[in-house]
Amino acid sequence: MALSTKKSAAAGQVQKKKKITDANLLLIITIAIFLIMYIGAMIFLGGGFLNAQNLFNILMQQSALIITACGMSLVMITGGIDISVGGVVALVCMSCAVSLDYMNWNVPMSILLALGIGLAYGIVQGFLVAYLEIQPFIISLAGMFFARGMTTIVHTEPFNVQNEAFTALKNTRIIVPGMGNVNRLGNYIDAYINIGVIVALVIVIGLFVMLRWTKLGRSFYAVGGNSQSALMLGINVRRTKFIAHLMCSVLAGIAGYVYFLYVGSGSASHASGMEMDAIASSIIGGTLLTGGVGNIIGTFVGVLSLSTIQNIVSSVGLDEAWWTGITVAAMLCLFLVIQSVITSRKRD
Amino acid sequence: MQKTNTNKKSVGQMLKNLTRKQIFIPIVALLLLALFNLIMDPSFYQIKFGYNSAGNPVLSGYIITILDNGSELAILAIGMTLVTAATGGQDISVGAAIAIAGSVILRVLCGTEARPAELQAPIIVAFLVACVVSMLFGAFNGILVAQFKIQPMVATLILYTAGRNIAAWINQNQLPIVSDATFGYFGGMIPGIPIPTPVFIAIACIVITALALKFTNLGLYTQSVGINESSSRLNGLNPKFIKFITFVILGLCVAVVGLIKVSRLSTINYSVIAKDIEMDAILAVALGGNALSGGKFNMPASIMGAYTIQFLTTTLYKFKVASEALPAYKAVVVIILVVMSAPIVKERLASLGKKLRAHNAKEVG
Repeated sequence: MALSTKKSAAAGQVQKKKKITDANLLLIITIAIFLIMYIGAMIFLGGGFLNAQNLFNILMQQSALIITACGMSLVMITGGIDISVGGVVALVCMSCAVSLDYMNWNVPMSILLALGIGLAYGIVQGFLVAYLEIQPFIISLAGMFFARGMTTIVHTEPFNVQNEAFTALKNTRIIVPGMGNVNRLGNYIDAYINIGVIVALVIVIGLFVMLRWTKLGRSFYAVGGNSQSALMLGINVRRTKFIAHLMCSVLAGIAGYVYFLYVGSGSASHASGMEMDAIASSIIGGTLLTGGVGNIIGTFVGVLSLSTIQNIVSSVGLDEAWWTGITVAAMLCLFLVIQSVITSRKRD
Repeated sequence: MQKTNTNKKSVGQMLKNLTRKQIFIPIVALLLLALFNLIMDPSFYQIKFGYNSAGNPVLSGYIITILDNGSELAILAIGMTLVTAATGGQDISVGAAIAIAGSVILRVLCGTEARPAELQAPIIVAFLVACVVSMLFGAFNGILVAQFKIQPMVATLILYTAGRNIAAWINQNQLPIVSDATFGYFGGMIPGIPIPTPVFIAIACIVITALALKFTNLGLYTQSVGINESSSRLNGLNPKFIKFITFVILGLCVAVVGLIKVSRLSTINYSVIAKDIEMDAILAVALGGNALSGGKFNMPASIMGAYTIQFLTTTLYKFKVASEALPAYKAVVVIILVVMSAPIVKERLASLGKKLRAHNAKEVG
């Protein structure tokens, strides 16, 4: 429901300007494809897709990905990239798990630990990228290696967390009124979400507001669009890039804790490939890797599209694991080609 | 007095020229690593001659291991350097593409059986089929990058996501095992020759590349497209075709690496084979001092970079670093290297050196 109002808002804006900009067109295509896909699934597959709980399940599964993808979009809007986020998520999971179970820390301390890891990552990577002008790809590649390696150094074997306060927090369900459904026995079951979803939605809205209406947010676009002109305008390009990387890593730290809340365990193989999913969601959401174009709402819809595809594939019955990867790739390919055709047509 | 001064200057000049050479970075890194090993344990450089269980002569030692295991990376670095130079981006799908190539080879060799008593097709046929398939996937990447103007990293993200799934699909998730001994020659040793075969394959690839760069315009054209696409188009080059062809060449490299990788094991593991090798290959290019944003490239430096990375990996293994923890140490080394070679840091150091020298001169004066 929230999505459709967003769409109409976007459409209203288009009418006001009488001209569809590239960014808006990409966003509209993304939202349209997501809606077509989801409504199509509702009509042809029915079953679970008719329940609101299905959408909430997607949100719960992907809340960590939503947060990392938002961070990724910020960096990509400034023209950079950060592929260390998956590693940071795994590192945060493992460190928090060890701190809770082996060192008897309490939950707030472990949250601080997660934020601390993100902050440390952001400061180091942001400094190297922004002030030493090293390519962000290489730096975050090293960052990813480091995080993955450190995760196994912290603890090698995967294990489930037993800490009581944490399990209570993990199992907290927030009931969404009026969205439940009646099961086969005729009982009404409330629809629910978890804390991670709330965190993710707050972050999405916060970043959307920041990018659209604050000076910092606008300077992100300026730096990504043309850093030379941004410099001429008096924007501190280096500081802006630094802040983008800092925010991305801190968000990865938060995402790590949200992921930890969802899975409740520490493992070196957690969140493997999450950085690529985050990049893919950002791209599907209309963010250009060249910088200057992007939208947090688009990224959010991008994540939803990715996981809806996975959902559809598994409910159609193509349960051999490889079909998920292949369809996601095909979808990514489709979106990239559409984007490319649109942008090149505009250029001509 | 005068003479020593000029002497000093010329030495300084020489040093300056040397440090400006691109190949300087990987060589210094390699020397540092070599020195570290020499101090820690000189037996690192020992090469033993012995006989393996089958009674064939073998050379063993860490240096041989580095040359052996570094072959795949060196071969990939060749293709990756060309792609980087022409497109200003990197192909992150090579690991997945290797899985596909390996899967194709096994599929052709084994047919539908999981453990065939004898090969269903000659190895050369399997290899050629893998070459064609890999080049097709390379062409797919190439079309996306050249025709649709998608950033290479993003375009190859598609194959990265799908590749290992396609590899599993080709063999219906079975793990065929080749029992034929000759298949093991490509990743192991040919009886009677004490040096592992991958070393020879890598040398052959390097020689072919060197000849191609010397006698064709490949190097010149890729560099000019990478430096300025529109002006090379105005000069009569076809940038789209050149970008496309670099991806096809990388596809060929991938097929060769796929053969070596599968031959080493005589089987395949779809999710583990050549894992993270794309990162190592990109690092090799970066370590070689090549700009990851495209343009000029230095092929020997890239290959040098590949072996340096393998040297680092082997050194870490020697010090009993667990294979899962290895990336952390690698990352630290990489960050140090990259920071040292960053232009800004270099400038700062140079100006600091100048200041110090000026200070010294004043004191002397």
